[in-house]
Amino acid sequence: MYRVYFLIKRHELEIDELRPLYMDFQATTPMDPRVLDAMLPYQVNYYGNPHSKTHAFGWESESAMETARRQVADLIGADPREIIFTSGATESNNMAIKGVARFYKTKKRHVITTQTEHKCVLDSCRILASEGFSITYLPVQANGIVDLELLEASIRPDTSLLSVMTINNEIGVKQPMKEIGQICRSKGVFLHTDAAQAVGKIPINVTDMKVDLMSISGHKIYGPKGVGALYVRRRPRVRLEPLQSGGGQERGLRSGTVPTPLAVGLGAACSIAQQEMEYDHQRVSMLANRLVQKITSELPDVIMNGDAEQRYAGCVNLSFAYVEGESLLMALKDVALSSGSACTSASLEPSYVLRAIGTDEDLAHSSIRFGIGRFTTEAEVDYTAEKCITQVSRLREMSPLWEMVQEGIDLKSIKWTQH
Amino acid sequence: MAAAVRSQVISLYRMMLTESKKFPSYNYRTYALRRVRDAFRANGALEDPRAVERLVVEGQQTLALIKRQVIPAVVSD
Repeated sequence: MYRVYFLIKRHELEIDELRPLYMDFQATTPMDPRVLDAMLPYQVNYYGNPHSKTHAFGWESESAMETARRQVADLIGADPREIIFTSGATESNNMAIKGVARFYKTKKRHVITTQTEHKCVLDSCRILASEGFSITYLPVQANGIVDLELLEASIRPDTSLLSVMTINNEIGVKQPMKEIGQICRSKGVFLHTDAAQAVGKIPINVTDMKVDLMSISGHKIYGPKGVGALYVRRRPRVRLEPLQSGGGQERGLRSGTVPTPLAVGLGAACSIAQQEMEYDHQRVSMLANRLVQKITSELPDVIMNGDAEQRYAGCVNLSFAYVEGESLLMALKDVALSSGSACTSASLEPSYVLRAIGTDEDLAHSSIRFGIGRFTTEAEVDYTAEKCITQVSRLREMSPLWEMVQEGIDLKSIKWTQH
Repeated sequence: MAAAVRSQVISLYRMMLTESKKFPSYNYRTYALRRVRDAFRANGALEDPRAVERLVVEGQQTLALIKRQVIPAVVSD
């Protein structure tokens, strides 16, 4: 398989060049106008520091922050005192994993996570490993879901924390959080989940899921960028060693002035998500089915990565066999998409998530992630599907591998000679 | 529903659609139009005058929101 150097060059759009259609809702989401409306007063007139206790600027800012805290808590079935505002899910993940592991380090030195977690979780575990902790990276099955028996078997008496993401950001797979929570409770292990892609999209209740720590991201739920939250259970109490020291704000767990406009935005986004969840879910599922049906009915050899049932509909990751991923992304340049392969990031390695679910290397290089969200229209989905069909067919016509497959040759049986 | 309330609801609906058309962004515009239409359709059969009134008040607040949000959207386009 020959490697191309990066052909998708970063460039500013020309004067009349139209902006691409946005189909990358897992990367980030546009802010809902209702969220911006809630934030603007706090960016303009009500600019006080919420921790100032002596004047109206502080009081009104604090009141807005506490309202936002309650809105976030209501969405996940928590108590407002259990919500800590952070700068995003990455910070929340770092706080949860490093904080809990370090707090209990005298008695417990083992942390478990999965191979498909977000980079910040994996990297935090790597740092812990260098501090002397022992980490288990659980493999996932071919459908992307963890094996519950393997999970239970890997828990040791000195395990302090298990971290599993609720919905995967690359393949959209939903993990069986209730069952995992049950196992962790019965073994006395804290359960942390990175719910950045799940909050506001599927119903979440921290009591039902028996989750002790949960990371929330603002810009995945039509809120502002630069804010997130961490849910930290109070009963039974989860203790963490704070990452950021200072004036003791946010229960001492995350010092620093809480950015009121951003917190208000996150709260508004959560409250809107709670109201709109049913409507959005139906619509996103309908659009995702439409996209997948259209593509798979016209193109053969298209594989959906991740379990077909246990998933969030809005994250569709498809591999197009016999087509090179970067060429397909270039051909689809008027649709903003992401590739499952890391051709669009710094290395030439295929995505570790696809590798963890056992995707063949050539399929991993040909995968595209379609993100559908609240603002996606039928017209956008139809256009994307048609463009995809046309371009994949065109690329396949040019591909010698495709020609060989059409003639009935089994590619795996070919002996490639060295020159 | 009483005739006065009915005409009030219809005029609110028309005004919301008119304002929603002013969003420069394709995604915001289509969402606002679609959401307003679907919300009014879903509540079309409501009879209880208090519930209707509450929704009308909510609609008026949303109309004001759309008017406010079109301005930064147009300015920053």
